[in-house]
Amino acid sequence: MNETYRALAEFAQTWGLLYFVGIFLCVVAYALSPRRKKQFEEAARMPLRED
Amino acid sequence: MSQLNSSDGQEVSGSGATEPGVDQSGRKKMTFGEGGLAIVFAILALSCITIAAKAQDTAYAFHAYLSAFASIAAVFVILNRYVDRPAALPPLEIDGKPNYNFGPVKFATIAAVFWGIAGFTIGVIIAFQLAFPALNFDLPWTAFGRLRPLHTSAVIFAFGGNVLIGTSFYVVQRTSRARLAGYLAPWFVVLGYNFFIVIAGTGYLLGITQSKEYAEPEWYADLWLTVVWVAYLLVFLATIWRRREPHIYVANWFYLAFIVTIAMLHLGNNASIPVSVFSPKSYIVWSGVQDAMVQWWYGHNAVGFFLTAGFLAIMYYFIPKRADRPVYSYRLSIVHFWALIFIYIWAGPHHLHYTALPDWAQTLGMTFSIILWMPSWGGMINGLMTLSGAWDKLRTDPVLRMMVVSVAFYGMSTFEGPMMSVKAVNSLSHYTDWTIGHVHSGALGWVAYISFGAVYCLVPWLWNKKQLYSLKLVNWHFWISTIGIVFYISAMWVAGILQGLMWRAYTSLGFLEYSFIETVEAMHPFYIIRAVGGVLFLIGALLMAFNIYMTIREPETAEADTGVRANPSLVPAE
Repeated sequence: MNETYRALAEFAQTWGLLYFVGIFLCVVAYALSPRRKKQFEEAARMPLRED
Repeated sequence: MSQLNSSDGQEVSGSGATEPGVDQSGRKKMTFGEGGLAIVFAILALSCITIAAKAQDTAYAFHAYLSAFASIAAVFVILNRYVDRPAALPPLEIDGKPNYNFGPVKFATIAAVFWGIAGFTIGVIIAFQLAFPALNFDLPWTAFGRLRPLHTSAVIFAFGGNVLIGTSFYVVQRTSRARLAGYLAPWFVVLGYNFFIVIAGTGYLLGITQSKEYAEPEWYADLWLTVVWVAYLLVFLATIWRRREPHIYVANWFYLAFIVTIAMLHLGNNASIPVSVFSPKSYIVWSGVQDAMVQWWYGHNAVGFFLTAGFLAIMYYFIPKRADRPVYSYRLSIVHFWALIFIYIWAGPHHLHYTALPDWAQTLGMTFSIILWMPSWGGMINGLMTLSGAWDKLRTDPVLRMMVVSVAFYGMSTFEGPMMSVKAVNSLSHYTDWTIGHVHSGALGWVAYISFGAVYCLVPWLWNKKQLYSLKLVNWHFWISTIGIVFYISAMWVAGILQGLMWRAYTSLGFLEYSFIETVEAMHPFYIIRAVGGVLFLIGALLMAFNIYMTIREPETAEADTGVRANPSLVPAE
């Protein structure tokens, strides 16, 4: 029990952390990439559009 | 016989004979959903009557009868609707424009106003009960312990929940430019959710509770909510699925996070086993400190995903719309969203400082609460800066002012919260009225104000009116309730810190300086100020209800074209 707990905790505290930081960095790259600048500027106006 | 009618079958709809609700000859046909749901409700009615007959206590029997009654009513409504409807189901588009389904949104908006006033009224009553305990009337049904969950559930789940369901159904349609998915499903969500509220609220008064804060309803109410919530998720997802916009607007991400996370929290925190089908009582599968941790994982993320993510979705749609300005930084909104999602879920343990919870878990909760400063303030800045170039509108438009002040309150309470989660501060603030003050600066200032703003925007749009009945009344609402909030939170700050300091005061001999009852006595004046603040807030909400009633009754409608919404008092931008 104690061993399993320790192993799981260690895994979560190292690889889990790296995994989450990794995905988060991907999100930041997605948000800041210059390629999508225009797309996001358009998206910012979405509520204002009438149909 | 299908050949006989084939000629009129052509006119029913353009998209052919496979249309649901119509058979090949173009005649009306019951859909699978209509028939299926009617049968399910009929079976449910029978089961409820059986349960009611064998129920182990009267309160539970009352709930079973209530459910049976509601199920029978549902069968009748479904069949009636089928008989009355034209052969074809409402088209998805008319003349190339989405044929929006605003019926459920209208219902949720009215329900939100109704429950809001009910919840604020009970809040005022229990605030006076704390100042004058005689107002408990020595009756079980009116005791503080039963009315308090009634207040919290009424304002959070009944008022806030209806605002969220209503606005999410509105925003997802407008920003996807698609009709809400499902024919009966959106109504099932709205009505089913409100039925859950009725079961929960009457249960509290009759003494049915599982005693978990913000998760008081017992197992059968929880099961019903689960069904409703899954339907909510499916309606929302299916609407996004049929969107005509390539991009999913950020408000929909926030709504989706709210729906998914609440489902997960609800299942985790209500994993309980009923004593019997004939009893309202159940036992949770978690034990001891694990149960406490699951409860506050639920409790704090209810704050994070119900009261924050959901209402941020409202901010990201209604503030740009009302100010007629684009979102300040869409990129920031994406980072805001993901940062909030990543961080909030870990902050729960700060509710269990200095308890049996392992120290590392407490520190984890505190650390993540502090990190939350960044996404919270990023979001606040994004909301406020959306007004850049339109700040002058704050002077002329009280609805926009209300929403902007709500974002300011959001910033303030998300600064205060992490500060209170620091263990040293928490040792003073925990269990005191400071917490109540903090919660209400978020609940009244942020959640209620952004909701009021959204309701003031929605009502003229939904009922196709040029403008609200009176912007002057909105102004009165704003000022009266703002003064109310200031009374409330400043009284609770002083009360809380005083209370905390009195509890920890020692004499030179090492004895506690004050008995508990002395600290209660010291609270009396602050409790009265708080109650007065609550009364002011309630008066503001009553003004809103009147204003909305008059707006809906107003005979004059906006332009005949329902697609174009009136934006009162606002000068067209650019």
